[in-house]
Amino acid sequence: MPETGYLIAAVATAAAVTWGLRALPFAVLAPLRASPLIAYLSTAMPAGVLLILAAYTLRDIDPGVPDRAWPTVLALAVTVSVHLWRRNGMLSVSAGTAFHVVLVSTVFTG
Amino acid sequence: MATQHDERAAPVPCALTPREERRSDLVDALRDSASVGLGAFPMGVAFGVLVVHSGLEWWWASTFSGVIFAGSLEFLFLGLVLAAAPLASIAVTAFAVNVRHVFYALSFPLHRVRGRLGKAYSTFALTDEAYAVTAGGAGRTFSSRRILGIQAFVHLYWAGGATAGALLGSALPAEVRGLEFAVTALFTVLAIDAVRAGRDVPTPVLALGCALAGRLALPGQMLPAALALFTACLLARYAWTRYTRTPYARTRRGGDHA
Repeated sequence: MPETGYLIAAVATAAAVTWGLRALPFAVLAPLRASPLIAYLSTAMPAGVLLILAAYTLRDIDPGVPDRAWPTVLALAVTVSVHLWRRNGMLSVSAGTAFHVVLVSTVFTG
Repeated sequence: MATQHDERAAPVPCALTPREERRSDLVDALRDSASVGLGAFPMGVAFGVLVVHSGLEWWWASTFSGVIFAGSLEFLFLGLVLAAAPLASIAVTAFAVNVRHVFYALSFPLHRVRGRLGKAYSTFALTDEAYAVTAGGAGRTFSSRRILGIQAFVHLYWAGGATAGALLGSALPAEVRGLEFAVTALFTVLAIDAVRAGRDVPTPVLALGCALAGRLALPGQMLPAALALFTACLLARYAWTRYTRTPYARTRRGGDHA
């Protein structure tokens, strides 16, 4: 089992690197805030970044393994449909997730 | 004369008192963060269960999730510390997994957050989820308290989930399968909202293309690769539109060198 001192140092290392990556870019970008380029990026980026994050969570899905791929595709369809219909984030996430849990525990149990 | 420090000073007519305002900010923050919590809490529970099943005390789950506060890194981190990896490899892993956060500074509304302490916490708690909820169109008008509230709630869901998972750890029956889809559903829903707010068709197509390219070209580093490529494409597109027409230079037409 790892020693307490080592674990504390490990936590501090991971936390410091993470915080640095989150905080330092603001210092670099602050002088550029008024530039039209940053204004453009700040409007165009969020939608794209969110799509990339969504795609990233699906990186291990292999179309060659139907028991993994189908529940994801179907649950994604339910999530998107419910969201386009009711526009309620909480409802769409709950419906899609519940549907996925049911699928992988009943139909696609492979 | 009402002093600036007295919260219960005479209310301004037809406006919320500071106390009511604070409460409504927190209610908004709770609502904004609720769908995020649906993904973060079960993920935290799963992490907590994993920590105690690795033989560590339950409070390490709270410490890891509360202090590092970076979900995807923590699962890797646990494996590294159990193998007694050198601190240098922990630092390199943390850098590789979280380097994507560099891009969040471009659109996260940190300028809305007041106070040095507030800004410090806000950068510390700038997770994917916090970025997702605040960086869209509406987020740019959120109050300082609402942004900090969202971040604190996400922190609470994640660290609270990890603690609960660690405490229940051994008592828990076989875990519910398929719950991890909540994370995918969450990002999908937030992406739909952001796409609809932006009404810009090429950007989502470009983003999905970059995600696919990142997945195929650098499977181990898909996220930083896709984000870097996407940023590069946006820069190129900006330069091109600026060169041909000037639709994005609304305030200053030409002349400046940004």
